[in-house]
Amino acid sequence: MIKKHFTTTEAYKVETYHKIEPVYSVIQDKLVFNINQVLDQLKLKDNMTISFHHHLRNGDAVLNKIIEHLDNRNLINITLAASSLFPVHEPIIKAIKKGTISKIVTSYLNGPVAKAVSQGMLKDQIIMQTHGGRARSIETGEMVIDVAFIALSCADKNGNGNGKYGNNAFGPVGYSIADMMYAKQVVVVTDHLVDDVFYPEIEAKYVDYVLKVDSIGDQAAIVSGTTQITKDPIGIKIAKNTTKILDLLGLIKPGFSMQTGAGGVSLAVASEVYQIMKERNIKGSFISGGITGYFVKMLEEDKMDQLYDVQCFDLEAVRSYRENKNHIGMSASKYANPFDSPVVNNLDFTILGATEIDVDYNVNVTTDSFGYILGGSGGHADSAYGAKVTIITTQLMKSRMPIIKDRVTTITTPGDSVDILVTERGISINPKRVDLINQLKDKIKLSTIQELQETCYRITGRPVKIEHGDKVIGIIEYRDGSIIDYLYKK
Amino acid sequence: MSRSLLFIPGNNPSMIQNSDLYGADAVIFDLEDSVLMEHKDAARDLVKTYLEQLNLLNCQVIVRINGMKTPFLKMDLEALSYDYVDAFMIPNATHGAIEYITNQIKELEQTRQLKKEIQLIPIIETPYALLQVKEIVKMDRVIGVLFGAEDYTTNMSIKRTKQGEEILFARNMISIAAKAYNKEAYDTPFTDVNDIDGLKEDVKLAKQLGFSGKAAIHPRQIDMINELFSPSQEDILFAQRILKQAKKETKGAFSIDGKMIDTPIITRAQKIIIQAKLYGLLGEPND
Repeated sequence: MIKKHFTTTEAYKVETYHKIEPVYSVIQDKLVFNINQVLDQLKLKDNMTISFHHHLRNGDAVLNKIIEHLDNRNLINITLAASSLFPVHEPIIKAIKKGTISKIVTSYLNGPVAKAVSQGMLKDQIIMQTHGGRARSIETGEMVIDVAFIALSCADKNGNGNGKYGNNAFGPVGYSIADMMYAKQVVVVTDHLVDDVFYPEIEAKYVDYVLKVDSIGDQAAIVSGTTQITKDPIGIKIAKNTTKILDLLGLIKPGFSMQTGAGGVSLAVASEVYQIMKERNIKGSFISGGITGYFVKMLEEDKMDQLYDVQCFDLEAVRSYRENKNHIGMSASKYANPFDSPVVNNLDFTILGATEIDVDYNVNVTTDSFGYILGGSGGHADSAYGAKVTIITTQLMKSRMPIIKDRVTTITTPGDSVDILVTERGISINPKRVDLINQLKDKIKLSTIQELQETCYRITGRPVKIEHGDKVIGIIEYRDGSIIDYLYKK
Repeated sequence: MSRSLLFIPGNNPSMIQNSDLYGADAVIFDLEDSVLMEHKDAARDLVKTYLEQLNLLNCQVIVRINGMKTPFLKMDLEALSYDYVDAFMIPNATHGAIEYITNQIKELEQTRQLKKEIQLIPIIETPYALLQVKEIVKMDRVIGVLFGAEDYTTNMSIKRTKQGEEILFARNMISIAAKAYNKEAYDTPFTDVNDIDGLKEDVKLAKQLGFSGKAAIHPRQIDMINELFSPSQEDILFAQRILKQAKKETKGAFSIDGKMIDTPIITRAQKIIIQAKLYGLLGEPND
């Protein structure tokens, strides 16, 4: 299928959306205790697409184990459709080198696999989607999954299960819902078999096999990266200025909704917002996206009505998801699929980070300035589009690298979706948001993004432009499936 | 008049690069205690380059130079006696040391035809200096003194506590001497950077003892110091009422809300308004 190029963030509105039919299981006896047995029964072949979720994040053990077996079976040209890949997945580099895995479709990858892919190790290409875009592509049949391996911390012998219970509980299974419904074959992989699951998120009617293993991973490693409020004074300054803007815009009001990442500055913004909520006795409606213990605290102290959780970022969130009826799991489609009236469209504001931002407000969170893959959109482009106000928080320079570029190395989120940039040396508003400029111009000092760039250059000097190679190793898909940028071999 | 004076190690490029962002009224680029002997040259060069090239600071620029007994004093003075430095902070100050340094700077200023005089902030950190504080503080270029409690207590062979009873006399002596000669008295830093409640109590005490500001060793201490050394909104409003009423009154003393207002109270109100203006607390646009 030939992909379209990105035109505008609104292009999806004129497209028709057609979901394929869900695939139901006809298998009665599903429970298997041996990985080779289940792989035999799946009749795996070359060129198939297999999928995994990343709810166990850097604690996942399922993906590596399955790939190891596919490698042992000398399969080739497998497309790996993992919702994200982490440093723990380093062992699959062997399968990439050998050609067992020839293509990757994902929303985020970092660590050794990201480096290997950046260096052109994949035979075919990598496709980087947004979280909403991934759900869309599965639901429409654009990406056909032959086998979905769904790790669950708790399941029964028929395949009902969830991530709420068991030693490796990880929270909602939001990224696997589309895989469960539309994959040709579904395998639940669990280390905790129970007699009954009363509130299954993964439903037996879609599941073909249940593979019992000793361990699906390490729950403790769900917490990867920072999920603590920053103590860095510069980060705190950025967070305070961001909160001031939110307040001046009147966004911290009864019933408001928000999404922030789990990074230190984002959580510092949440913390500052929370102080205002307490001082003025304001209760919000919901927080969405990845959930941390800090948001749980806001829910439990009755300052938020609900948490809409697509993945838990720490174990406190896992505990809350199990215990609190107002901590609600959602599918990636309901979270961010542009065609599914997603939750992100109801956000009053979102606070996002940037590896780079350019003078047209395009944001890169996919590669570093040398073009090495270090992340990906996740829900970045989705929530940036959906929220009424999208704020990017970043330091103006990291080490000696200026963050504001003439053109970002890789576009993850188009500038049309980005409204405000807050740095330690100033604030700029996208000129397209005249309404926001008018609301703030007499209340706070504003700069143009070019002025901020020049301020940075005074300190760092003007950097030499880094040219990329010619060989395309992958594409960046916008949430509607159009190509918004390319990845080049390092 | 600085409420907060933030020490920035002279050999820490990332902190120097951001030194204008922490909200301190004064930044002290430290070439002394926070810089190892083998890094003295590099730190001096780094601070000099930063101040020459970037000129980002919109606050008082102070450099803590090395002391009289070190081989670095002369090099520090020669490298940094330029218009971009507002004041040198002098460790282990004595009357003789300040006199010597003043003469050195004068010479450099004349040779280089600087536009302004570089000021001095001696650190009172020995029992001997404490006994000399009156003589030190009244010297020409001295705009204020900093109390260095860590060295002071070491020299006194006494244990430093968070409550600070052991340094109360020294604090009193320093603040009184400074006020007697209309100079600034800056309190010693609070060294537990994680104890913000302890910092709060320490700043309140320093303010109560007559200090005009306090040194900080971590950016996270700045907000608390600035807040507590600023007049409160309540004080500002009352001072504005006093000054407004004073303009109308023909008598030396009058009353507001049953409280007697006379010359000392009016003077205090004037000081509060000057401070409020200086610190941007009168409702002007800010960033």
